[in-house]
Amino acid sequence: MTTSPKTDPLLGLAAAQTVGPFFQIGFEALYQNDLTVPGLKGRLVTIRGQVFDSGRLPVPDAVLEIWQANSFGKYAHPEDQQDKPLDLGFAGFGRCPTDAEGRFGFRTVKPGPVPSSTETPQAPHINVSIFMRGLLDRLVTRIYFIDEDSNRTDEILNLIDPTRLPTLLARPIPDEADAYLWNIVLQGHDETVFLDF
Amino acid sequence: MKNMTVFPVRRFRSPAPGIHPPHLYPGYVSSVKRAPSHALVSIPQTLSEVTGPGFQRHQLKVGADLTAQGHGEPSGQRILLSGRVLDEDGKPIRNTLVEIWQANAAGRYYHAVDQHDAPLDPNFIGNGQLLTDDEGRYQFKTIRPGAYPWRNHPNAWRPAHIHFSLFGPAISTRLVTQMYFPGDPLLPFDPIYNGIRDEAARQRLIARFDWDTTVPEHALGFTFDIVLRGRLETPMENRL
Repeated sequence: MTTSPKTDPLLGLAAAQTVGPFFQIGFEALYQNDLTVPGLKGRLVTIRGQVFDSGRLPVPDAVLEIWQANSFGKYAHPEDQQDKPLDLGFAGFGRCPTDAEGRFGFRTVKPGPVPSSTETPQAPHINVSIFMRGLLDRLVTRIYFIDEDSNRTDEILNLIDPTRLPTLLARPIPDEADAYLWNIVLQGHDETVFLDF
Repeated sequence: MKNMTVFPVRRFRSPAPGIHPPHLYPGYVSSVKRAPSHALVSIPQTLSEVTGPGFQRHQLKVGADLTAQGHGEPSGQRILLSGRVLDEDGKPIRNTLVEIWQANAAGRYYHAVDQHDAPLDPNFIGNGQLLTDDEGRYQFKTIRPGAYPWRNHPNAWRPAHIHFSLFGPAISTRLVTQMYFPGDPLLPFDPIYNGIRDEAARQRLIARFDWDTTVPEHALGFTFDIVLRGRLETPMENRL
């Protein structure tokens, strides 16, 4: 990555620290696992999963934040200059703590394709940050949908070791319409691919 | 070829090594089973990474005065905690959400999981929310939290701290950190604080006592400025 020289020195970044075990006190006011609003366009989906540690034990004290575009592939953000419609009231942000079994879930709309730095738009995806006791810094990853053909040409998925790529793919839950399963494995066999940007 | 529209993506600088602590830091025992074993996969910043949630005043449910959450004043040393949220170029980050949470003066959190044998304070929950102003400024009124024991190692005590959660303009700037107090004798022994390799970065998490914000007969002032990632000068093009 190229950084242009600056005449003034940069200010020093604030370092990350763990959320610890008591984040509920500060985060609960913005817990939101249903992102849908009346009149929201697109296919409504449920995404559920569990967070596991290295011993495959569920993590009961994690919190997930998601950020996503709407069904047209438009982010509710001033720097998204695409000529696409917004959905009134759809912010695209969710925050959900895990329960005693490490479970989380979001009700949302399947996002549309968003621009990439290649000639092919990115496949539909949801951006995820994970915080918990034991993580001095957050982990970030993405949820993709296994039944999406455009995954093959996705700029980001093409950077990932094909043997590990399935960890980013949410799979339909049998006998439950529009529901997907997507687990997070922090360490070990089937460890989720975590990203840095 | 399709008719494509080109969008500028205003990317963020990458943090210098040693500022953010590693995921695996064995001195912090609970990192051992939770840190990934594979290296993170570096990806380019796309529109997804340079955007992020924004919040409006009506969404806030908690105030910035943590001493006014009960029927009376909480126990402890009243403090005013002020500062600015800036990017690395010194530009204020306006209208961005700041969330804080903390233990009470006795070192006890208002949380079912906290079983520390210190009293809860009926007048203190310990959470605060606000949006920064046009100069990136914030100010919370609270009480100075106590240190508390934890089970990381024998006779382990966390230095007094206040948890801070910040968003900035994008998911690239999302940050959760902790603010510490000057002169705390527990800092050299804390594996969470010392997970930060860079000495200057550790020092930056310590608030400074500030006469200018100290209110006579009322509260001590502490200042804590928070710097989030700034922008690279050249935008990247994204297409659709």
